[in-house]
Amino acid sequence: MTQYTKVPGRDAGRVVLFALSTCPWCHKTKALLDSMAVAYEFIDVDRASGEVREEAISAVRVWNPSLSFPVLVIGGTKAIIGLREAEIREALEA
Amino acid sequence: MSDEARGPEVITQEEIERHHQRLLREAEAAGYHLNPDVDFARLLARGLLINARRHGYQACPCRLSTGVPAEDRDIVCPCDYRDDDLDEHGVCYCGLYVSGAVARGEQEACSIPERRMPADQRRQGTAAASPDESEVPAVRALPHPVWRCQVCGYLCARTRPPEICPICRAGRERFERFM
Repeated sequence: MTQYTKVPGRDAGRVVLFALSTCPWCHKTKALLDSMAVAYEFIDVDRASGEVREEAISAVRVWNPSLSFPVLVIGGTKAIIGLREAEIREALEA
Repeated sequence: MSDEARGPEVITQEEIERHHQRLLREAEAAGYHLNPDVDFARLLARGLLINARRHGYQACPCRLSTGVPAEDRDIVCPCDYRDDDLDEHGVCYCGLYVSGAVARGEQEACSIPERRMPADQRRQGTAAASPDESEVPAVRALPHPVWRCQVCGYLCARTRPPEICPICRAGRERFERFM
């Protein structure tokens, strides 16, 4: 079962990316986070099943009722919906 | 076994390129344009092939499909939202299809907001959109019902909708009774 994958890097608080494995915008968002060397965890919701999938869907809906991807949740207090490069850089750059 | 090693997820480069060529051919024949960023378009072609193996239909790679055909019908590529998104943003939601301006490099394709309504509102919308023809006297007098393709808006007056839309190639199940 697909779980959250931890990517090591600079600590910027808890950064969680909800993504789809088939979506190039989600790929680009991961590449952006990788290039910024920020520590984050991600889940490809389309590959998850059972409880893990349902919990991830509920977590996304809190921030984004239309359930679109990617959703980047920063510190549990802020979410950036879609690949918004400038916003992501501003929120996470040291 | 890792997730990456699962059979349905393995799509060869040759399959991706072949599918991309087919999408390109069909788009141009119908007056649409694929994203000129070939690497990006091929990632989408790969996503469509993965979803076809998972579900039996090419659900949008950038949306969470359920595997239940009735719930995913509006997001089978080309989705019901493509034309409105092309008009408003110059790009469809996933970025596979683009406007002429984006295709010519005059405008850049970027990530756009989701137009599709959340699931609970979507079902209500679909039910309300089906007209009750018995309430419209003029419609009863038509010699044939009129069907509308929900993907591209093509209209035809015939006993049943065509098996495949002659404009955008959407299947019969994507047609709604218009009049």
